[in-house]
Amino acid sequence: MANTFAFAELRAGSPRKVAFEAMTAARTAADATGGGEVHALVLGGPGASSAAAQLARFGADVVHVVEHPALVSGNAEVFAATAAARLKAGGYRAGFFSASAQGRDLAPRVAAALDLPLASDVTSFEIAGDALLARHPAYIGKAIATLRLAATPALVSLRPGAIAPVEQARPGRVELVEPALDPAQARVVVTAVTDRGAAKLDLGEAPVVVSGGRGLKAAENFRLVEELAAAFGNAAVGATRAVTDDGWRPSADQIGQTGRMVSPALYVAVGISGAIQHLAGMRTAGVIVAINRDKDAP
Amino acid sequence: MKIAVCIKRVPDTEMRFAIAANRTSIDPAGLKFDLSDFDGYAVEVALRLVEKQPPGEVVAVTLGPDAAQETLRKALSMGVDRGVHLAAAEVPFDGLAIARALAAELREGGYDLILFGRMATDSGNGTVGPMTAGLLGLPCVTAVSGLELADGRGTAQRELEGVTETVSFPLPAVLTIDEGIARPRLPSLKGIMAAKKKPVESRPAALGPVRLTVDALELPKERAAGRIIGEGPDAVPELIRLLREEAKVL
Ligand SMILES: Cc1cc2nc3c(=O)[nH]c(=O)nc-3n(C[C@H](O)[C@H](O)[C@H](O)COP(=O)(O)OP(=O)(O)OC[C@H]3O[C@@H](n4cnc5c(N)ncnc54)[C@H](O)[C@@H]3O)c2cc1C
Ligand SMILES: Nc1ncnc2c1ncn2[C@@H]1O[C@H](COP(=O)(O)O)[C@@H](O)[C@H]1O
Repeated sequence: MANTFAFAELRAGSPRKVAFEAMTAARTAADATGGGEVHALVLGGPGASSAAAQLARFGADVVHVVEHPALVSGNAEVFAATAAARLKAGGYRAGFFSASAQGRDLAPRVAAALDLPLASDVTSFEIAGDALLARHPAYIGKAIATLRLAATPALVSLRPGAIAPVEQARPGRVELVEPALDPAQARVVVTAVTDRGAAKLDLGEAPVVVSGGRGLKAAENFRLVEELAAAFGNAAVGATRAVTDDGWRPSADQIGQTGRMVSPALYVAVGISGAIQHLAGMRTAGVIVAINRDKDAP
Repeated sequence: MKIAVCIKRVPDTEMRFAIAANRTSIDPAGLKFDLSDFDGYAVEVALRLVEKQPPGEVVAVTLGPDAAQETLRKALSMGVDRGVHLAAAEVPFDGLAIARALAAELREGGYDLILFGRMATDSGNGTVGPMTAGLLGLPCVTAVSGLELADGRGTAQRELEGVTETVSFPLPAVLTIDEGIARPRLPSLKGIMAAKKKPVESRPAALGPVRLTVDALELPKERAAGRIIGEGPDAVPELIRLLREEAKVL
């Protein structure tokens, strides 16, 4: 029986879906060792502890919370130092992060601070005795590796959308803790954050994604894609790099190797040729509908 | 200004490839190798910084088999001043082992900036850069898509999920470079000739323990073959019916 750790990412003070995915993974790993506790860590501004109730719904036994006015917009060095300190103190079997933009930055810092290896961008895993086996897309999704992680705690970052969050209520006892590094000591400081006007429904979290490519012919025609997304009611709009490079859409909408990785239940590709770099970002989608005049487009 | 750029030799991901007989790696037969996409952007960023504020030196560091020296030559032909080859017959999958060897090489180098690609296209990890920064105790900014240096400090832009973040950091620092920041130049003929005379040192890589290994490598399951439902608006009712009744996603 062993406890596990999960880092819970917030957006605007509330847990993101990827936080629930990490909770679910940590719960699964704890159960695989005979049923230990899941300890979540949350860092945020004052009031961050209000996230605990939702984390408890997804399996957190204990929620360690750092509330600090300087942490409202995140601070990689403070987050990493605090997560490393918690992992060191907790004696965990495994620690889970999301391979979201924040998690991809955070998890390797934590791993280096603890001198531990990290399995990153993992789509599924199992505990096998002293090892953790993890599936990981390599070669921009052209091959799937089964990785053997021989270290305790086993540190894992999870591909957003790969693990379906499962509700399983636990106590979610809140413990307020101090940051392991004074935010004033951080060397890298965020001086500005500008919202690029991303749609309200985040691409990584939407059950349906409607994407457009150069086949739409002109920026104005993206209206069709937007209307289709609106008709679904639960869809976000994506794009190919050809389209974001031409400025038809903000770069935040780009899906693929160098954009977002998404795994919606339904992916609708409108006028998209299906280049390998684009497929890298959406091949794990449930159903893919392509609207294309080229019958042989992948 | 002294800048190190860490570059990795990777197979061209546009090509079709097969799994090797050992079932844990890809079959290198017939594959072309080059520096990883993002590393090309990192090299370009380093060259532009030194061109803008000379004098300076750009050093490319690679860890890999002897063939990785070809990747160093490519960087030298783009304008990098010298190369360091950390020799390892096999490159481990464990990013921390790679970071340990790179950190040992870079620690006493007196670099103002150490640049990495955001992620290598073979591993798909994106861990070596921030791990090296951690081992060196240096400030680190990942996924940099815009960069400005002045008075011993840097300002970087990062494009995240839906937001652009601007950060300020002191030098020396470690950065991982996103694509799009500066299109990598093609080596000129003169550059290719000059590269032949530029120095490349080779020494064994100090990898240390490897605790993340590949048990198996497979090609992804082929998706069930696609179905062509029809053309034009006439196809829509049938598509909706299939999405509703068969795929149950509506
Ligand atoms: C290092 C690197 C990284 C990259 N990263 C990414 C990435 O992250 N994401 C990404 O998307 N791309 C990426 N790319 C670019 C990628 O290789 C392709 O160039 C891009 O995805 C193509 O975009 P597209 O499908 O919109 O355009 P095109 O390839 O031009 O395809 C247009 C499609 O529209 C169809 N079409 C045309 N007219 C009609 C019509 N009337 N009705 C229906 N269909 C029509 C055509 O048949 C065609 O299939 C990357 C490239 C490189 C080199
Ligand atoms: N073997 C290597 N030699 C030199 N640099 C490397 C090596 N492996 C990774 N890197 C650097 O680390 C970045 C991220 O690699 P990765 O963590 O494997 O995705 C790459 O873009 C390179 O800049």
